[in-house]
Amino acid sequence: MAAAGSGRTVSNTFAPVRNWLLLPTWLTVGIFMLLPIALMLVYSFLTKEFRGGVIWEFTLAAYDQFVFDRGLFGDEAPSIEWTYITIYFRSLVQASMATLLCLLIGFPTAFFIATRSPSTRSMWLFLVTIPYWVNLLIRTVSMKFLIRENGPLNQALLGSGLIDTPLQLINTNIAVQLGLFYSYLPFMVLPIYAAVERYNFSLSEAGADLYAGRWTILRRIVIPAVKPGIIAGCILVFVPSLGAFLAPDLLGGAKTFMIGSLIEEQFKGNAGNWPFGAASAMILLTLVLIALLFYARAQTKEQV
Amino acid sequence: MFTGNNNRTYNPRRYPGFLFITLVCLLILYAPLLVVMGYSFNDNLSITKWSGFSLRWYTDVFTGPEAAKFKKAAWNSLSIALSAALVATSFATAAAIGMVRGGAFNGKTLSFGLISIPIMVPEIVTAVAMLIFFSMIGLKLGYLSILIAHIVFCIPFAYLPISARLQGIEASFEEAAQDLYADRWKAFRYVLMPLMLPGMLSGFLLAFIISLDDFIITNFIKGAGVETLPTAIFGAVKQGIKPNIMALSTLMLLFSVLLVSLSYFIGRTDKEKNDAN
Repeated sequence: MAAAGSGRTVSNTFAPVRNWLLLPTWLTVGIFMLLPIALMLVYSFLTKEFRGGVIWEFTLAAYDQFVFDRGLFGDEAPSIEWTYITIYFRSLVQASMATLLCLLIGFPTAFFIATRSPSTRSMWLFLVTIPYWVNLLIRTVSMKFLIRENGPLNQALLGSGLIDTPLQLINTNIAVQLGLFYSYLPFMVLPIYAAVERYNFSLSEAGADLYAGRWTILRRIVIPAVKPGIIAGCILVFVPSLGAFLAPDLLGGAKTFMIGSLIEEQFKGNAGNWPFGAASAMILLTLVLIALLFYARAQTKEQV
Repeated sequence: MFTGNNNRTYNPRRYPGFLFITLVCLLILYAPLLVVMGYSFNDNLSITKWSGFSLRWYTDVFTGPEAAKFKKAAWNSLSIALSAALVATSFATAAAIGMVRGGAFNGKTLSFGLISIPIMVPEIVTAVAMLIFFSMIGLKLGYLSILIAHIVFCIPFAYLPISARLQGIEASFEEAAQDLYADRWKAFRYVLMPLMLPGMLSGFLLAFIISLDDFIITNFIKGAGVETLPTAIFGAVKQGIKPNIMALSTLMLLFSVLLVSLSYFIGRTDKEKNDAN
């Protein structure tokens, strides 16, 4: 992330009107983003009304429902409710897997592009960037079309004789994983590319002069040097994957439910439990903040 | 900086398998899109069988039974994206000047944090928070609520390229203008803005595409009856992928590619100009 304009030159030509210049943005983000998030926190402690709205009475019911099962009428002895914990755990696993896969494919790609000659480099980069700009919904629908039971992928595999029965990918965790990986792959490539492009390759040559093989150079010199780019890429893939809605909704089924679908169901679907939806969103936001804090710490450690 | 010399002992270009992985990466990124583009020209009601080239689904998008719905959704999408990107770019330009040219001030980091909140927070969380907010203040969900939401999440996307551009412009230009008795507005209008324009344009295009792209937040706060292209496509896809949806998707896809190429071109000519100086 660009440092807060902590620029090379601190210029103050517009200092006297600074607050007026910043006011529209402060107000817009403050009123329509910060305030709503604060309200969402409040809502997560309110009592739910039948279908939709809330009653303004403080309760921990939403968080209680998340962790404990107290039976249909809420009067049984509490036992751990695994449904929601499982959904969050599955989302964490899926997001981590997607991050790892994107890193495994994205790092060599970024490294390859960054070591091309400057003229072909921008062509490769352009090729990788284009899919990122295509509507995410359209990309996810396209993936669904490609991998569905009678889809082109299965037809091609059957036709080539590689498989005898069509692969049942749709509605599995693998399909959701494929969707997440495919959605956020460019997010991994771009920051790593930027880091490798800035990397000083004479360091690698020094390593080679000291008889290090090219894989040793990559592992011991290049990767530590471009680590900030790698961490940034991982965060950019992990955070949206964790709260993803389209990939699990379109490519998955009931058994692949992720956080995004759980939250959506509380507001748009049949569940209609706003405080519980708000609480689920708060828990997701907390997880993301933990990831971002980890990122900020890793970045400052790199700079010291 | 890599210079491309042929060091005998070490050449960073020679990592066996990296070219292969790059090609796999591109294959994964493009295969689904190319397949859908291809099948949108399929002259068959069933999406499974190929039976010859045809433009019938493109005709269907514009004149078929769902044409009116698509047209309305397209109008909503484009007008919201245009307005949201314009407002967000104006706010972001002002904010960038305040941040980059406002000297050192207390709360600069806080201010930057505030601007980047819409990027940091997962979309689904933003969607929930805004739905709760709008329903609490009693704003009827519809065109206006969508527009407000889009302005908010477009601001950081417009801000980043604009402030990056501004950081690369030396303050001596405006200082010279002010020495020659230009007031702040004139210094901005006639000196700073022409220099910032490429950044403002790419910020605008970025915001425009981000707004066109949004599904999750719009889906939450659109209310009944108001659709944008993504929500209309999502609704249609829930009934199964039909060939006219593939044609519509292909059109949107090509439109995005056109915009990106445009932004790429603007950025490139700008860079070449800089190199020439």
